[in-house]
Amino acid sequence: MRAWLRHHRMALRAALGKLAGQKAGGMISALVIGVALSLPAGGYALLEGLVSLAGGVALEPQVSVFLKADASKADADKLAARLKADPRVGGVRFVPREEALKELQGEDGLSDVVAALDRNPLPDAFVIRTRDANPQVQNALAQELRGLPSVSHVQADALWAQRLASLARLGRLAVLLLAALLAFGLVAVTFNTIRLQILTQRDEIEVSKLIGATDAYIRRPFLYLGLLQGLAGGVLALGIVWGGLGLLNSEVRVLAQTYGSSFEFGFLARGDALAVMLFAAGLGWLGASLSVRRYLLEIQPK
Amino acid sequence: MISFSSVFKRYRGGQDVLRGVSLKVGAGELVFVTGQSGAGKSTLLKLIPAIERPSAGTVIVNGQNVSALKPSAIPFLRRNLGLVFQDQKLLYDRSVFDNLMLPLSFSGLAPKEATRRARAALDKVGLLGREKANPIQLSGGEQQRLAIARAVVNRPAVLIADEPTANLDAEAAQRVLEIFVAFNQVGVTVLVATHDMALVRRYGTRVLRLAAGQVTEDVPA
Repeated sequence: MRAWLRHHRMALRAALGKLAGQKAGGMISALVIGVALSLPAGGYALLEGLVSLAGGVALEPQVSVFLKADASKADADKLAARLKADPRVGGVRFVPREEALKELQGEDGLSDVVAALDRNPLPDAFVIRTRDANPQVQNALAQELRGLPSVSHVQADALWAQRLASLARLGRLAVLLLAALLAFGLVAVTFNTIRLQILTQRDEIEVSKLIGATDAYIRRPFLYLGLLQGLAGGVLALGIVWGGLGLLNSEVRVLAQTYGSSFEFGFLARGDALAVMLFAAGLGWLGASLSVRRYLLEIQPK
Repeated sequence: MISFSSVFKRYRGGQDVLRGVSLKVGAGELVFVTGQSGAGKSTLLKLIPAIERPSAGTVIVNGQNVSALKPSAIPFLRRNLGLVFQDQKLLYDRSVFDNLMLPLSFSGLAPKEATRRARAALDKVGLLGREKANPIQLSGGEQQRLAIARAVVNRPAVLIADEPTANLDAEAAQRVLEIFVAFNQVGVTVLVATHDMALVRRYGTRVLRLAAGQVTEDVPA
């Protein structure tokens, strides 16, 4: 057990020494890995930021019904009664046109606009919460309400939420695809650097095999080298994302302020950041192990 | 300790290098294997640590059938054998001392014990004080002695050397051979291949003469 631990410690130290000793070579590979991984990682951070921004607008799917501007109080009461009787409706809130205007006045940057109006352009409206969050139910209800004579316009937010959700899914899929493609590239990069390392140490490997080193012993420092290189790449990727988001945020903050918002892009969650590092380290290990399997077998001393 | 029975060896697409070699080497023996170059001396020695496998026949080392050994068991066989190669195979990217540390590192020895053994091995071959030198700075004889030190640093029961005196002047060659004799005197089984008959006769040990892949003469000590 102690001998085994000592072997691993030695292999790790040898790999660290190589990584530091190569300076250029190993570091450039780590840089390639870092830059490549920063693309999907950064894309993911941006996407999550945008989704959370958009999600704040239409969090709860609801149906809004706007009455015609000339609709009377009686029309509104009739519709209210009809809606309350509908089994699909979970709750109804009536927003009279006066109240809507007041709400608008309260919004950022719009109070001046409202003050400039000479009459209230807003119609009476109902905001309906359906019992069932299913977008199909909401769409069917919206379709029915559109047919009523006193109704001018129906907006089903479910559609909005649906579109947003599928856009977010699409974005995540794109990021995932990018990550998968780059993963292949990174395995290839590590495969090649480890191959070069094996070739430069060919004599040592040959002698070691001849005088009784096991394959596992010979393999170990190379596997650690791949792992460390990947890990360094992962850390670099996180650094690039962090720095990139910092630069973006300094501009985003200015832009968001003009909308009265304090939005900025958040860094990857701790779990996600850890996943990026583990992913990079795993790829490095994989590339190294493929390379080692391929090239160490070739070295058969005579 | 080592026994060959009807061993044949044919390299791919070539002639038979060994043709029915049978021999036995007992524990603690010192044996010179002689013969002209091409007689099969190197191949014979390479069969013992399973660097080459016989085409037919069996090679038994220390009770293990080497000819049928699984690849994963080979490293452990080799750790019990001290090997001195014809081309020495020293590593020139590291010091004399680190060349010796290489075989010690495989067995997971504590650093203190490893250092002690490395120094002991250097002492036995008369290279103490040259630890920090690069092998390239050593003379031919010193390089050969370093190769021997690396072979014995793990205290093997068997020492096998292929042409250790080739390219050495008479004085250096004799010094190298005396090291083998000294190891043999403390109980190590030693097999040395050489084409230098004159040198061998001086020691009056057992001599196996190979010619065209067969043992033609077995002169006991």
